[in-house]
Amino acid sequence: MSLLRIEHLSKSFGGVKAVNDVSFALAPGEMRAMIGPNGAGKTTLFNMVDGQLRPDAGNILLNGKSILGLPPRAIFRADVGRTFQIAATFASMTVLQNVQTALASCARQTTSLFRRADDLHRAEAMDLLRQVNMADQAERPCGVLAYGDVKRVELALALANKPKLLLMDEPTAGMAPAERIALITQTRDIAKHRNVGVLFTEHSMDVVFGFADRIMVLSRGRLIAEGDAEEIRNNPKVRQIYFGAGAEPVR
Amino acid sequence: MTAASLAVQFLNGLANASTLFLLACGLSLIFGVTRIVNFAHGSLYMLGAYVAWSLTQHLSGGVGFWASMFGAAVAVAALGALIESALLRRLYRSPELLQLLATFALTLIIRDAVLYIWGPEDLLGPRAPGLAGSINILGRAFPQYDVVLIVVGPLVLLALHVLLTRTRWGAMVRAATQDRDMAAAVGVNQAILFTSVFALGSGLAGLAGALQLPREPASASLDLFAIGDAFVVVVVGGMGSIPGAFVAALIIAEIKALCIALGSVDLPLLGTVAFPKFTLVAEFIVMAVVLIVRPWGLFGQPQSIQRALNPAEPPSHAAPRWFYWLAGALCFALAVAPLALGETSYALVLAIDIFIAILFAASLYSLVGPGGMHSFGHAAYFGLGAYAAALLLKSAGAPMPVALALSPLGGALGALLFGWFCVRLSGVYFAMLTLAFSQIVWSIAYQWDAVTGGSNGLIGVWPSQWLASHTAYYWLSLALCVAGLVFLRIIHLSPFGAALRAARDNPLRAEAIGIDRRSVQWRAFTIAGAVGGLAGGLFAFSKGSISPETLSVSRSIDGLVMVLFGGVESALGPIVGAAGFVALQDTIARHVDYWRAMLGFFMLALTLLFPGGLAGVWRRRS
Amino acid sequence: MTEPLLHVRDLTARYGAAQILFGISFDLNAGEAVALMGRNGAGKSTTMKAILGLIDARAGVVVFRGEHISRWPTYKIARAGLAYAPEDRRIFADLTVRENLDIAALPARPGREPWTHERIFALFPNLREAQDRSAARMSGGEQQMLTVARALMGNPYALLLDEPSEGVAPIVVEAMAETVLKLKGEGVAILLSEQNLPFAARVCDRAYVLEKGEIRFSGAMDALMRDEAARRAWLEV
Repeated sequence: MSLLRIEHLSKSFGGVKAVNDVSFALAPGEMRAMIGPNGAGKTTLFNMVDGQLRPDAGNILLNGKSILGLPPRAIFRADVGRTFQIAATFASMTVLQNVQTALASCARQTTSLFRRADDLHRAEAMDLLRQVNMADQAERPCGVLAYGDVKRVELALALANKPKLLLMDEPTAGMAPAERIALITQTRDIAKHRNVGVLFTEHSMDVVFGFADRIMVLSRGRLIAEGDAEEIRNNPKVRQIYFGAGAEPVR
Repeated sequence: MTAASLAVQFLNGLANASTLFLLACGLSLIFGVTRIVNFAHGSLYMLGAYVAWSLTQHLSGGVGFWASMFGAAVAVAALGALIESALLRRLYRSPELLQLLATFALTLIIRDAVLYIWGPEDLLGPRAPGLAGSINILGRAFPQYDVVLIVVGPLVLLALHVLLTRTRWGAMVRAATQDRDMAAAVGVNQAILFTSVFALGSGLAGLAGALQLPREPASASLDLFAIGDAFVVVVVGGMGSIPGAFVAALIIAEIKALCIALGSVDLPLLGTVAFPKFTLVAEFIVMAVVLIVRPWGLFGQPQSIQRALNPAEPPSHAAPRWFYWLAGALCFALAVAPLALGETSYALVLAIDIFIAILFAASLYSLVGPGGMHSFGHAAYFGLGAYAAALLLKSAGAPMPVALALSPLGGALGALLFGWFCVRLSGVYFAMLTLAFSQIVWSIAYQWDAVTGGSNGLIGVWPSQWLASHTAYYWLSLALCVAGLVFLRIIHLSPFGAALRAARDNPLRAEAIGIDRRSVQWRAFTIAGAVGGLAGGLFAFSKGSISPETLSVSRSIDGLVMVLFGGVESALGPIVGAAGFVALQDTIARHVDYWRAMLGFFMLALTLLFPGGLAGVWRRRS
Repeated sequence: MTEPLLHVRDLTARYGAAQILFGISFDLNAGEAVALMGRNGAGKSTTMKAILGLIDARAGVVVFRGEHISRWPTYKIARAGLAYAPEDRRIFADLTVRENLDIAALPARPGREPWTHERIFALFPNLREAQDRSAARMSGGEQQMLTVARALMGNPYALLLDEPSEGVAPIVVEAMAETVLKLKGEGVAILLSEQNLPFAARVCDRAYVLEKGEIRFSGAMDALMRDEAARRAWLEV
């Protein structure tokens, strides 16, 4: 059975169909990239899956159950982790405290008034930080980290609930090239190891063509192509709409 | 209730709506362009009334009267321009809390200036010449002057609409409202634009105050009434929306008018209900309903989540062992101090005030600091605690220790109710709503003579015999203050505290890791209300009486000054800040007539000298 | 040789604790188009914002038409004839297309043909039909055109054009290249920030390459096109 199934999803803003009758399915352990020109509807689609926007029509099924209309925090509890285009962590906490807070939230301990937060889930948090290569910076405040490291911490936060599905909005935006490849490699390794499905949007074509198992192309709200890297590269529709006629496909 | 009285009250509501609209649209306009919520807007309204009064003393006749009205508006507009160019211009890039405090400092200065220039007596203005009579509405008299007012509101709305949509200046205002920096990059001189917008908004407030003069005397308490009303209108109508302000003013004024028109009605089950007493409650209900249905107001845009401007504070950890020893030693020294000082020492009385202030400031800090919620109405919960304790003692006949023990409940229940609405907003909207709620609580305490004793308050609120000595009450206050601080600190370091800081640092991320931001903030608001209520209970028994002054806005601001003075980033901040503030107030207020204005100048100096916030300065020094 | 139109020396800028620019120096001469190349995050946009005074924490020398403008407020820089078309467009969405143009209008410069609505619409025919529409209701490509059109209404001597090819359809990129060449022909100097090398190569004479807030290469556009090592090191992946 597919992990995530999108059925005939549509969303309009003021008469413009931002997402128009999009359907697809994502398998566990699959890395799937969603690309398309600006305004193609990628972010809208993303925000519907993670609960920030409510679709006008269609359904979103996670492991066969509809998650339509759930708020973001409930979707997180339904085993969906999320990273943002502008990496989002808690700047006034240490790296370790960030992850501990996420783990405390997973354990539904955020109403607990009298326990000491620093003592909870230490080992598990360190374990997550090792997975994203941030263990050596565990005691540093997040507010002073380099941006690439902030992105890593964010990935650890998204993994705290042992998600079955990771949603990543431009996971490598704003990172140096070397860091970019390192982060996406790490993400892929974790995804394969844990059998997590990953749906990501991305502008860097090297990341998309080098790491995605399947690629979807959106244009003007419609899904115009879906396939592996080779199929997408050679799809004339994609070449015309996305890369521009006559342009070389990017490596 | 007859059709005639209903008709007259309806028209009366229209007249009130006009003034309310003039007041609120200026606030909204200024906010739209400068992103500053001007707390002194009510003060400008009040000044409009006073200046108009003075002008009418010198100018007579119909021309003189209208010249006075117009002159007052122009004078207030000029003052607004001065305030913007001399003060606010320096603060556009400062943290929001500092901007709010700077404009509040102005209200303190203007209030004392009004008292100095015009004295404490209410000043009744003249009737408008030629409009002193009334017209006949279904056999009832309706003042001619009010008919003029009814027309003024829509006229101003129309004029503003034309100004904003048909002129280059208006296009610049709309462009700058959307993107200040880009407007500058196409050559729009922000300095002039902002000053002119501020002058226009101030002038409208001044005009509102002046036009109200023939209906209501000028008094030095108009400022806070006006700002409370203006905030309610702007929150209901939607921040930055002029038509929204008009519709909201209309709705609120008409609902109040309806309450008055209904009069006392015999209702089944409830008996006789005096609806005119419910005007304030009605206002609250309107606001509550709108906030539930459309949290961003009737005509407002959904607010984007605002990011904190303040640099991130250092991470919180449990204090090292030596700190506990030091704190323990300090508590011990404070505990034995009365034995050395003696029962009659004034230091004991002052120390009790300080303990209460610390508890109050610490509870407010738990909102402002780790919660990132800038409450401008925290005194409401202090006051609710004080009134709860006093009423339990006086009306319910509870023993004093029981009454004191239940005082946190008073604060908590109030915070539970109001907090539910407040956490739906953030940033300046949150600040405005907390202030509006505290004004409502104040008004209820002030108006509900039968229960709260009205403006006289409640007297004879004394502690039990065994706690009556200064020494005993000192120990009680010290113990409860320390207990409160320890309680707040434990919570700060708990998973709940972490979730609260998470929601402040990054609301989007907090939701994405399963934290229910509103729920966490609501709980924090309630806890802060409970601790504030305890401080209020202690306060009531230390003074022996309470009055509406206990929950006034100025107490809320005192609390913020204490918190800021000590530094928002440190849990020790409110302790140092409160002790310093009370000691300073005690030394200065006894020798100076206009202590409030001095405090205002002090606050202004702080914001101008350290536009980045005090906390950063303290940290750099340490 | 006459002095450059825009002369920048040792420009630094920071956001909070993070320093973005570490002493940028370059010149833009009258009538030429110069590319500021570099990857995402190299500091191209920050350079433009720092020149325009849109970043408070900046230092260095910026001379425009003989005047030291590094401490001027943004509006004064704009009025001096330095226009800006930002990457994220920042059109005034609450205003109509025409209002967007009118608000940016500045007096004509001596000896230069002023930009009128007519001239703007001749350059961007799409805007003519859209002039009474709200700017928010335009497509991405039209918004990009409006951004440039708005900048031109200030009758600038120089235009800072930030990534005009980013996120628009290929056909719009093509039109944008034509526009830049036309503007250059009319004597508007252009500083173009780009990641798209073919686009930049088509319209620019010289190039500077930025990496991590420093200039790593400066020279003729042809030289950059030939220098494969430089391209690989600073531009490609």
